[in-house]
Amino acid sequence: MRQRRLSRWLGPIRESTGVSRWILWSGVAIVAFFVVLAIFAPLLAPYGFDQVSDAAGRFPKQGSPDGTHPLGTTVGSYDVLSRVIWGARTAIEVVLLAVVFSLVVGVPLGLFSGYTGGRADRVLVLIMDALFAFPYILLAIVIAFLLSDKLGQGVITAAVAITAVYVPQYFRVVRNHVISVREESYVDAARALGAPRRTIISRYILQNVVQSVPALATLNAADAILTLAALGFLGYGIQPTDAAEWGYDLQRAIDDAGAGIWWTGLFPGLAIVALVTGFTLLGEGLNDVINPLIRARSTAKPDIPERPGGGIGEGAALPPADPPPSSDDARGP
Amino acid sequence: MKESSGSSALRTYVLTRLALALPTILILLTVVFLLMRVAPGDPITASLGARLPAKELEKRKEEAGYDKPIFVQYGEYLGQVATLDLGESVTDNRSVPSIIAENGSATLELTLTAFMITLLVGIPLGLMAGRFRDGPWDVGGRLYGIIIYAFPVFFLGFLFQLGASQVGWPTSGRASPIVEFDLDKVTHFYLLDTLIAGDWSAFWDVLQHLALPALVLGLTISGVLVRLIRVNLLQTMRGDYVEAARARGVSERRVVVNHAFRNALVPVVTVAGLQFAILLGGAVLTEETFNWPGIGSELIRYLNQRDYIAVQGIVTVFAIAVVMVSLLIDLVNAFIDPRVRYR
Repeated sequence: MRQRRLSRWLGPIRESTGVSRWILWSGVAIVAFFVVLAIFAPLLAPYGFDQVSDAAGRFPKQGSPDGTHPLGTTVGSYDVLSRVIWGARTAIEVVLLAVVFSLVVGVPLGLFSGYTGGRADRVLVLIMDALFAFPYILLAIVIAFLLSDKLGQGVITAAVAITAVYVPQYFRVVRNHVISVREESYVDAARALGAPRRTIISRYILQNVVQSVPALATLNAADAILTLAALGFLGYGIQPTDAAEWGYDLQRAIDDAGAGIWWTGLFPGLAIVALVTGFTLLGEGLNDVINPLIRARSTAKPDIPERPGGGIGEGAALPPADPPPSSDDARGP
Repeated sequence: MKESSGSSALRTYVLTRLALALPTILILLTVVFLLMRVAPGDPITASLGARLPAKELEKRKEEAGYDKPIFVQYGEYLGQVATLDLGESVTDNRSVPSIIAENGSATLELTLTAFMITLLVGIPLGLMAGRFRDGPWDVGGRLYGIIIYAFPVFFLGFLFQLGASQVGWPTSGRASPIVEFDLDKVTHFYLLDTLIAGDWSAFWDVLQHLALPALVLGLTISGVLVRLIRVNLLQTMRGDYVEAARARGVSERRVVVNHAFRNALVPVVTVAGLQFAILLGGAVLTEETFNWPGIGSELIRYLNQRDYIAVQGIVTVFAIAVVMVSLLIDLVNAFIDPRVRYR
């Protein structure tokens, strides 16, 4: 049973072709690389994330890359390579927590709101849309700031602040999906057969709606990395003594740029760009692969004569392969 | 007949949209108010607690009304917003409107220039990517969209500053201190002010200072626009009227330019509204990166000083601005795109 379900989920991935396959797998490779860094950080990093000295004495301040510090040291005498590797652990931890939190809050709310409809639905939509319209960095800063007194400036605070930003997105996508699915004839049929409400929601609606979640969650993970870095950059993220965080390191590096010191900012910055790109590619790939409406399978291409004067006819033979509008909406603020 | 039904549909749409803006503002104000009240302690103690004796603190709290029940405070806050009197910052006694007036122009000059750059880069790239699907333009455009999106504003800023420091290009502030001191600030938009003064060397100085932050902010946002325009164009190119134009023998070039491009650009207006919130958020980061004296960097400064009144005031203004802009965008959209109002 379990095996069958797994293969049903993985089936489309195996069947994917061409560009979407390439996009998907390069995303998988990049994200996997960072996950490995995150898991094995204690083994891979030459020093601890807040280590400023070893047996040979204190590390140099803003030391350029050399044998003992392959990527140099920062203004606070941290080892850049170690901070970048430990930073992967922080980023993955926070993003994982934030995605789980937003799913746990956003999906049930969206299900409830979409299925019951009525006044509760309208009020929830109004609130979520208002939050959605708000500049997300501000929301995250204010919440991180308020939580910092109670929870400290650690991983949990950052994750909760980021969650507040993404709950409205999950809510929106799930609710709209539920509303479109709710009126489908197979749901009506189940209702007519006397299926209890719980079965209808969990089996017919949730199973269908849940399909759009993996792609959205991955794309949001990309965005969450940026939000985490932004929080760190503004000084409301994770404190350097709690964990290594790329955004914080970049903030300390900004003043170095004027002095031509490039290694303190370049490497944490590249790490952010790489991980965000990885998650984006993964999300786009999943989007192309999972969504049955836009999925391009490896079917034989029908033989269509070339149109004279411009190869416009090419696209017509294939099913449309645009990302669905719902996922593009979600990339908004 | 057709004409009158069209205008009444428009009127209904405008009225509904106006009616929806009010609750949205109210919800945002309530969220702002609640968030600021969840904050530990009261604003006066938080910002001045270490500097004033207990008795003086009590007096200040009473003056500011922080000993009243929370519902009364909420009512007073809404009243303040309605009368545009958002109080004075606790730490340096600036009224919120004057903060907006003095630093808002800097933010507006930055964001407007950045948005122009976004459009200049995003529209052509998106159109080319959609027009030549799966060709080099498309692959390049999509890659650009994904990668530039992955760049945090402050990292791109860091890279630009590295380059700028090599050639002595300014990377901090709105103008050189002497230029800024001498400038007759009529509009508070320095580009305009230097033009009004007719001082070309000052204009060049201001432009130099503006270029990097605006470029960084504009580029990072252009990625989303490229993706959107590309998808829009692909959809319009499949439209019946495009096919019909082709069937009538209209040249491919004219089909694309006159029929597809224009319609593909309509949603850009909507996106522009969404982008505004992103721009404001991005402006906070850009201002911090380039020491740009806008509202964003003021907000961070007041947050660091725990000046809740100034923070509440600035966030309130941001919230109202976002709702107003999205209202405006929707109305503009309804005028230029009849499909919106008939929905």
